[in-house]
Amino acid sequence: MLIPHPLLGPRDAEEFTYMGDASLIARPSASDPGAEQAFSDYVYLRDNPAGVHRELWFHEAGDRSWIVVTRNTLTHEILDAQLARDVALASAAEAGE
Amino acid sequence: MKYSGFRVVAEALFGHKGWKPLWRDPDPKPAYDFVIVGGGGHGLATAYYLAKTFAEKRIAVLEKRWLGSGNIGRNTTIIRSNYLLPGNEPFYEFSMKLWEGLEQDLNFNAMVSQRGILNLIHSDAQRDAYRRRGNAMLLAGADAQLLDREAVRRMYPYLNFDNARFPIKGGLLQARAGTARHDGVAWGYARGADLRGVDIIQNCEVTGFQIEGGKVVGVETSRGPIKAKKCGVCVAGSSSRVMEKAGMRLPIESHVIQAFVSEGLKPTINGVITFGAGHFYISQSDKGGLVFGGDLDGYNTYAQRGNLPVVEDVARCGMALMPAIGRARLLRNWGGIMDMSMDGSPIIDRTPIEGLYFNGGWCYGGFKATPASGYAFAHLLSTDAPHPTAAAYRLDRFARGYLIDEKGAGAQPNLH
Ligand SMILES: Cc1cc2nc3c(=O)[nH]c(=O)nc-3n(C[C@H](O)[C@H](O)[C@H](O)COP(=O)(O)OP(=O)(O)OC[C@H]3O[C@@H](n4cnc5c(N)ncnc54)[C@H](O)[C@@H]3O)c2cc1C
Repeated sequence: MLIPHPLLGPRDAEEFTYMGDASLIARPSASDPGAEQAFSDYVYLRDNPAGVHRELWFHEAGDRSWIVVTRNTLTHEILDAQLARDVALASAAEAGE
Repeated sequence: MKYSGFRVVAEALFGHKGWKPLWRDPDPKPAYDFVIVGGGGHGLATAYYLAKTFAEKRIAVLEKRWLGSGNIGRNTTIIRSNYLLPGNEPFYEFSMKLWEGLEQDLNFNAMVSQRGILNLIHSDAQRDAYRRRGNAMLLAGADAQLLDREAVRRMYPYLNFDNARFPIKGGLLQARAGTARHDGVAWGYARGADLRGVDIIQNCEVTGFQIEGGKVVGVETSRGPIKAKKCGVCVAGSSSRVMEKAGMRLPIESHVIQAFVSEGLKPTINGVITFGAGHFYISQSDKGGLVFGGDLDGYNTYAQRGNLPVVEDVARCGMALMPAIGRARLLRNWGGIMDMSMDGSPIIDRTPIEGLYFNGGWCYGGFKATPASGYAFAHLLSTDAPHPTAAAYRLDRFARGYLIDEKGAGAQPNLH
């Protein structure tokens, strides 16, 4: 599998460490009501879809950036790759509106 | 039909014309007391023990494809009870004891072979860890022996004892562990269940659950709706997909693990050997093929195939452990989808939906569990109380903080 790194171009998946569902970027807030439930869901429960999945890959043996890869779990086809930083900033900007 | 040596001889004399199919191929009935979703090892074993041990009637197993098309027919067939934690070890030892009597119980040759499993030790710290594990096994009534380097050398002289980075310093041996013929296990349970009146319905995919007032009353399938008083789900790698249809999110990710078989060779490896410095294990099938495997690929997937980095890693580990393996040619390799749980241990429990029960999260170790998993799940389905050896396998243990994390790897399924 080749990961299309947004800065470095196609890189062998072996250079990366896999973290899991990209929703892990959105960590719940400890001060919200119901934080206990929110954290246990955040840590332990997953959608685990068969099909399109957004997921976090860490370029450990490369430039050490986190990437959000959109990939089809039925075919391994990669549909999109963005820096996780950009994804997080964009969703923070959206939430700030 | 009862199988025996006499029967084989008699059939040989008459051109083998008397053998019958092992199970019927019934159409689904409109309603059952128990509907088991998934005709893999665990679903079939559950149906078998429900009918036999718990004397339940009106049972169906619904299988999406053909019987044994899932992981029960894809695994590397190792059976063992060499776990550490109190939530796990009594359960796996219960399974080991069921394996020991399985063929007589089923009247079916599942080729259970107690050829022993040897976990190699490469450092002093690892020896301490395996000594602790061996003691935990003994406490749960299993067998365990700590071997020194020379004892390992007598068993397997061709291993690379003097590997500069990972010298072999000994091993933990469970002599009662071994292998069994994976699809023979599925066929044996299927036949046993069918003989006791269980309907095994193939090509019947469960596409939804009928839930009324928080209670399951039936399932939707590709062969029409079927009513059920109780419904047990054992779909291994498809767990999240199926339980999502009941509105549940699970502490599970689906990952692929690959396996490899070499060309047939003369008998070389008597038992099962695991490398302690990398993820690699190997045994030899009765046909002579070396059967081996290693790590998960490590990313979510439902494709039953893996990628090349793991193939390379497995080959490297094999060469480090047993350099002679470099001369063997690979015959084939394949992958299967694992229901990797968040702590690496399984779940056998009720769900928040009344009448709906879940069995899954087996990771890559569910074959050895087949008899005990079936027995414990049948116990739960029939009596609504957990089997004593499976009482820790609760679905809510994650939220409550009672994880059963053998590896201490945390909520990162690809590390278990
Ligand atoms: C390469 C590999 C090596 C392994 N090695 C070992 C080993 O050495 N030792 C060990 O203990 N374990 C091993 N395992 C793990 C073991 O095979 C599994 O944990 C175990 O087989 C899972 O239980 P099962 O047999 O019930 O699963 P399966 O056989 O996968 O059964 C699940 C069934 O559910 C069916 N299903 C799915 N969705 C639906 C639906 N909607 N409706 C109806 N049916 C459905 C599937 O078609 C499938 O037949 C290995 C697995 C793999 C892939």
